Amino acid sequence: MSTSTDMVSVSTDEAPGAGRRSSVLKAAGLLVLAIIVIAFPKVYSNPSVTNYGVFALIYVTVASAWNIFSGNTGYISLGMAVFYGSGAYALGAAASAWHFTGTSAFALLPFAAVVGAIIAVPFGLIALRVRRHTFIVITIAVFFIFQLMAFNLSFTHGTIGMNAPFISWPSSGYNTPFYYIALAIAAGTIAIAWLIRRSRFGLQLRAIRDDEDRARGLGVRTMRVKLSAFVISGAIAAMIGSVWFLYIGQVQPNTGFDPLFDLTIVLMAFLGGYGSIAGTVLGALIVEPATLWLNTQPQFSGGYLSEILLGGVFLIVVLFMPRGIIPTGGEWITRLRSRGRPAVIPATTIGGPKATGSVSATSIGSGSPGGAR
Amino acid sequence: MAREISQAIVDGILIGGVYALMAAGLTLIFGVLDIINIAQGVLVILGAYLSYSLFTKAHIDVFVGLLITVPAMFIIGVVIHWAFIRRLRGTERTSMTLLVTYAVALIIEGILYKVYGANFVQINAPSTNQTVHVFGFYIEYIYIYGFIMAVALVVALYALLYRTRFGRSVRATMQDETAARLVGIDVNRVAALTFGIGVAVTAAGGMVYGATNSFNANSGYDLISRLLAIIILGGMGSLGGALGAAVFMITLESVVTIWYPTWAVAVFYAALVLVLVFRPNGFFGQKAVRAQ
Repeated sequence: MSTSTDMVSVSTDEAPGAGRRSSVLKAAGLLVLAIIVIAFPKVYSNPSVTNYGVFALIYVTVASAWNIFSGNTGYISLGMAVFYGSGAYALGAAASAWHFTGTSAFALLPFAAVVGAIIAVPFGLIALRVRRHTFIVITIAVFFIFQLMAFNLSFTHGTIGMNAPFISWPSSGYNTPFYYIALAIAAGTIAIAWLIRRSRFGLQLRAIRDDEDRARGLGVRTMRVKLSAFVISGAIAAMIGSVWFLYIGQVQPNTGFDPLFDLTIVLMAFLGGYGSIAGTVLGALIVEPATLWLNTQPQFSGGYLSEILLGGVFLIVVLFMPRGIIPTGGEWITRLRSRGRPAVIPATTIGGPKATGSVSATSIGSGSPGGAR
Repeated sequence: MAREISQAIVDGILIGGVYALMAAGLTLIFGVLDIINIAQGVLVILGAYLSYSLFTKAHIDVFVGLLITVPAMFIIGVVIHWAFIRRLRGTERTSMTLLVTYAVALIIEGILYKVYGANFVQINAPSTNQTVHVFGFYIEYIYIYGFIMAVALVVALYALLYRTRFGRSVRATMQDETAARLVGIDVNRVAALTFGIGVAVTAAGGMVYGATNSFNANSGYDLISRLLAIIILGGMGSLGGALGAAVFMITLESVVTIWYPTWAVAVFYAALVLVLVFRPNGFFGQKAVRAQ
């Protein structure tokens, strides 16, 4: 049953803002951050460096999209690659059918998002009927169905895969436009995640995470709410998947629908802080450049090392800091400030002005005996 | 055509017996520990590689080699449980263990790639790949021996569960962990041994799999998705259900292969989705309420 720790984890990154000064500081920090990310490709124009930037932003987007659904509802999805790969294939198929060549292919990005949303509806209607591990298993099964379809359908061209429309930018500046497109989508996704978190919709999602039956009892239309979040997350993943496709120029069944991809996304979210917007972004910014760097090192060639390391880091994170870097780091800072006296984290966060919805969902039942779930 | 179908059914039943063995380990682990062991697929491949190495390097017959690989896999299972699974507690435990076993699967897969490379291999023991002509069907010896061994091991598993004191404590833990603890059962020991047994059967299953299919480190994904479909179809935690579902699904796949060879695997996923839409708890799900 959810006890006080659950409530804390729900409301960690909305700890009460200490008045105007901190919000001014926050705005200034965001502005500096924005300047840094916008100026990044101007300062480091070397394509091998901007390549890291593009991939980092792609993964920031996917991890944030994952977080909109899984981080808020607690339904851990291992099926993000379904949307990512479908977005890539949808753009490839549409571009060749409707003769979009060169840069005009970028006009198809919204189309990829729509395809992702359309796939998410039946996927969600089936998978969201069940909870917890059965849900995870279904997402895995659906993922393998899509991989199988990519291998066997005629328009996907089997193991050969698809080529993206050729974009005739000079190779020295090729990465920069992709960087800004990915940056725009990533920023949009983070903004959507933030808006959802602050909204009534976000509270309903987190009420489902705390206790779905009770949320339904309190009048939340759980299926509709869950499905909406699932569709939003799927549409974003499909859109960024199609950007990735245009960027690397090709897609095969085992790159578009990669089982490692799903776990990588979950690792990013858990590493940074499960359910936290900033934590997920941070996790993606740590994990993706690290794996990219490992895969390009000649002495680690073959890719198996990044697999072993990814699994190892994941185990360490889940076993020793299950709440991620940002919440665990926050606790350490609080402990440092309180100089060994027992920290008062639970009391302050629960009393926080913003933590109303999710807390009320749990606190109503906190007096009743739990555990018979 | 009738002849092809009956041959496919015979093949399906024989191979289904082996899948039943692997699925029995998976469903047993789920029943006792409330864990879906995603690593089961890659552990089967590990078992196959162990048999392969013993056969090609030390020239030990694959069936004799099981005397080494089964205890080895048992120890690996107990170690995985001790190192990772045991430490997880709390409400999100089931989901977390799923992710943890996924990570374990990745690590094992990476190690297998490093040791054996990405090339597909197959165990080609001369004693097993000859065919025999029985009742008008041509069958490789390995299918028959594998089936007999799988049936024997499943019977042994049943005997262990229903005829021994240890089995009684396992079943008690499956029914109610807290109550089992109260009557003095060492639940942690039961959990560790069950995980070990559930993994140990993959050594036998992997040997037959390796002798009947070519495989590499990546084949674990294909296996785990089939095994998951089987245990969900059979009702998670139900040993009998897993056996029935394994034979049924593999036979169905084998028959579908006659007409649609590339889509035969989709039978599993389609069945899985259909079952989850209409009977979310499978067909023999005794633990359905708790599983949700």
